[in-house]
Amino acid sequence: MSASAPDTKALFRYLLRLGDLSLVLGQRLGEWVGHAPALEEDLGMANIALDLIGQSRLLLSYAGEIEGGGRSEDEIAYLREQSEYFNPVLAEQPNGDFGQTIVRQVLIDAFQLELYERMAACSEERLAAIAAKSVKETRYHLRYSGSWLVRLGDGTEKSHALAQSAVDRLWPYTVELFAEDELDRAMADCGVAPRLAEVRAAWDARLDELLAQATLKRPDDRGYSWHGKRGQHSEHLGYILAELQYLQRAYPGARW
Amino acid sequence: MNTAAHKPGCAPADQDRVALAWQALAAVEDPEIPALTILDLGLIRFVSVRAGVLEVGLSPTYVGCPATEVIHESVVRALGHADIGECVVTSVLSPPWSSDWITAEGRHKLLKLGIVPPEHTASSMREVLRTDRPPACPRCQSSDTECISEFGSTPCKALHRCRACLEPFEYFKCI
Repeated sequence: MSASAPDTKALFRYLLRLGDLSLVLGQRLGEWVGHAPALEEDLGMANIALDLIGQSRLLLSYAGEIEGGGRSEDEIAYLREQSEYFNPVLAEQPNGDFGQTIVRQVLIDAFQLELYERMAACSEERLAAIAAKSVKETRYHLRYSGSWLVRLGDGTEKSHALAQSAVDRLWPYTVELFAEDELDRAMADCGVAPRLAEVRAAWDARLDELLAQATLKRPDDRGYSWHGKRGQHSEHLGYILAELQYLQRAYPGARW
Repeated sequence: MNTAAHKPGCAPADQDRVALAWQALAAVEDPEIPALTILDLGLIRFVSVRAGVLEVGLSPTYVGCPATEVIHESVVRALGHADIGECVVTSVLSPPWSSDWITAEGRHKLLKLGIVPPEHTASSMREVLRTDRPPACPRCQSSDTECISEFGSTPCKALHRCRACLEPFEYFKCI
């Protein structure tokens, strides 16, 4: 156990931050079902979406238990307002073309991989177990998205140009992933999460390697000051939630 | 990891209950690959009795796999039909389920179904990237195969194709 136990409210918010990243990205990937360029990619993205929503369920149900108010994972996932979602805004960026989806995926897969690998060794037992479970799946996600990045970047002139423009467009959003705020710091201080600077260094190295393989240029690290992690979102999240929450809003309490 | 955790000195009645529970669990099929039981897949972590309550530890394979809930329900139902008294089914996340836990019997059954069983588990991203050696075709044994998709009909399987006999086949992923 850690020297100082984490503050319950802080841990609750941190779990939402992690869970919402997976939930929103999973929902986005799900939009490809029936629309992907090929059946194999349709299945691939649907499978990754399933994994992500599975991770999110573990995180959100734990958050509900910690909160102690009897909220279930479903109530947390389906019945919050937009400002109560704490995912980084990169996750909610539109799918765009296949290249943009792949670039968004690479950026987040690599982030989750480096985060979970370190979190699995952290002191919060349940979160460490969730991280250890998730990291195995995340490796396959990155193998999928990373190999597509290389194929697109090192592909035809057109695929290269589209992949580069996706990298250029989405790169500024990565700044938020690593912008350490009080909550990130508090979680690292009590041994629940790794330092974001450490995650960043490993992510940098991995991205450099992948981009080089894909013959793509790494943009400057100038970013936007988004605060999705604090509940301030881009215009896109509202539309995602309208679809995600529709059933529970229209038919409250509906069950399978 | 796959054997009953018989506590020394636990009452014979409890040992009987544990044995009955294992018997009941051996009949629970995987909903996606019904030829395999959950014991073949190595999903049961332990069966034990504590304070009169029989507890079964069940590992989910993939966290988002829809079969996970069906399996949980089937286990509860199977235990309910067995005469074992009060029992609970606990989901065990740690250590995470590994395809290494699929038994020899399970691997044999997979191969007979035309699904290539998993090789040893990759323990790092570097290894995941390195495991590029294509699995041999389960029909003609040719090693001239290619991966069509990392993700097949279920999260646990990848889709491959044999270049020799031209048949597609599934490969159970190492996780």
